[in-house]
Amino acid sequence: METLNFRFENGCRNIGPQAQLAGVVSSGNLEILIESTALNGACEVVVNTSAAGFGVTWRAVVTDFNLRWQLRDARLAINDMGATPAVVSLRLDQAAESVTQPPAKSEASV
Amino acid sequence: MNWQALTAELFPQGHTITERELFLSGTGTVDGKIVTVIGTTGHAAIGVEIALAQAKSVLHTVQHFPARPIVILVDTQGQRLRFRDEMLGINSYMAHLGKSLDLARRLGHRIIGLVYDQALSGGFITSGLMADACYALPDATIRVMGLPAMARITKVPEAMLTALAETNPVFAPGAENYLRMGGIEAIWEHDLATNLARAIDGAGDADRRAESGLARGGRMMTKRVIETILGATAADSHVCTT
Amino acid sequence: MTSYLESSARMRVNALLDANTFTEFLPPSKRVTSPHLAVLNTPVSFDDGVVIGEGKLRGKSVMIASQEGAFMGGAVGEVHGAKLVGLLKRAAQDRAYAVLLLLETGGVRLHEANAGLIAVSEVMRALLDSRAAGIPVVVLIGGSNGCFGGMGIVARCANAIVMSEEGRLAMSGPEVIETANGVEEFDSRDRALVWRTTGGKHRYLQGDCDKVVSDDINAFRNAAVDAIETCYKVQISLTLSALLDEQQMLEQRISQFGTETEPLNIWARLGVPDPAAVSMMEAESFMQMATTATRPTRSAS
Repeated sequence: METLNFRFENGCRNIGPQAQLAGVVSSGNLEILIESTALNGACEVVVNTSAAGFGVTWRAVVTDFNLRWQLRDARLAINDMGATPAVVSLRLDQAAESVTQPPAKSEASV
Repeated sequence: MNWQALTAELFPQGHTITERELFLSGTGTVDGKIVTVIGTTGHAAIGVEIALAQAKSVLHTVQHFPARPIVILVDTQGQRLRFRDEMLGINSYMAHLGKSLDLARRLGHRIIGLVYDQALSGGFITSGLMADACYALPDATIRVMGLPAMARITKVPEAMLTALAETNPVFAPGAENYLRMGGIEAIWEHDLATNLARAIDGAGDADRRAESGLARGGRMMTKRVIETILGATAADSHVCTT
Repeated sequence: MTSYLESSARMRVNALLDANTFTEFLPPSKRVTSPHLAVLNTPVSFDDGVVIGEGKLRGKSVMIASQEGAFMGGAVGEVHGAKLVGLLKRAAQDRAYAVLLLLETGGVRLHEANAGLIAVSEVMRALLDSRAAGIPVVVLIGGSNGCFGGMGIVARCANAIVMSEEGRLAMSGPEVIETANGVEEFDSRDRALVWRTTGGKHRYLQGDCDKVVSDDINAFRNAAVDAIETCYKVQISLTLSALLDEQQMLEQRISQFGTETEPLNIWARLGVPDPAAVSMMEAESFMQMATTATRPTRSAS
């Protein structure tokens, strides 16, 4: 297992107080827990992945995500089982959507 | 140890146990009192017939001999891996045995399990693991499956599993590991008759395996998770991951 | 209509219960994960593959657990099992109206095999404790992974089982049997054979399942409500007479069908007019048809 940590300062978009979960841990997939927490305006991403050695790719995908959303005081915790960058981006967007607008259903509420 | 030698040691005051197609049944005398004995031998694969035969003995005891203790002698390679058993719903037969033992317990029968040779997965769940307390002989093998098969299914290299098995009670086979995790109450080194009498006297109907697993350092999470769920939601943070 | 099969464990819980009534115990944000997976280079999941909590079903307070088949096949490890045990004990403590177990699992999680095996037996004991306390337990099976291994035994310890046609209930999976005894024993790639040996309709005709519903969460919900009501009318805890009845039913099954090698023949002998047509029948017409068969009635075991 490899753990990667990313932090982006000076976010501008607030998120809801309710933690949400997106995705599921299965082959080629991942789960993302997104929570509101005081981080001095930053957004933190912690990745636990079974596929070691992809730090550069993760940095690119997560940086891209941050540019799209610029979340503030948000922590994302990821359990990954070898998801492709496209799947990771999709799940990151789902996670961000679930806390930035009222979810259509409460089904992802955690 | 074969079942004849075992039962001679367990019941020096006598027994009537017989074997029929790897199924053991009869009675034994412990401290002057009769107990029902059921079990299997020859690493029996537990199919629908043998599960049902064991349940029948249990229900017969419940029906005709109130509060008579029940002793389960375990030697099994696990559930029978046949199309016919699955078609007939072997899980229902296993569940029936488990429920029969559970009913017996609630009606005041003390139930003691003893793994005297081998215990594997499905054959163990509804026998020894349904007892008030399950014991093992020192040479007993207890496991879910062998490491090579486990490596195939989990896709974890066998060499890695073998190395980890040296120190990790969670997937390494062996009675000692089940003892540490609370699945086995104790290992009987010798004097089986005295140990059995003591076990019957000391048995109770509460499931204390989670406590034992924690106290012995083999299963650190189980009891805490259960207690957190039972407790106030404010206590949730007491459970932490490692 | 929402497909049960295609929904996640979490979606099933929310769609099954009254809207916005679910409170999760040990939610993902508590991060109660398996301590045994990291050493095997296997990722954890924040809920260890099972969602548990309380909510309302038609206004009544129930406890509910839902296994996530996509995470390690829904297999039971130490934490996963302890969550199920805790929920069942909580049901007795809080005097819940019922417990719903949405099972989708391969049984014991081999990565933590010993802990998983003990855990499954603890779940079985806790389930029967719940019944002894007068709280009915209803099992729902309709996920793509089916309900296998030790959890297949646990399912049959519950008061009632509701399955979809797609649901499967058994002990050893066809792959396991094929690996052990060869493809001529059980061809795991013959999907139709697998289905008619372990699927909901076979289990229903056999008397191991109480209702077959279509692959629709609302159908499961209605069936669960009915099943619970029936439990209260009949008997919730185990009794000697119910187990003696079950003994007889299971003995009869062996003596009647023990030499059969094809489920279709069993169905024919149970009075199903056109066994070959069963696979194509919708759940409702199947249930209708089955009333004409001499299906063994389940005792309150």
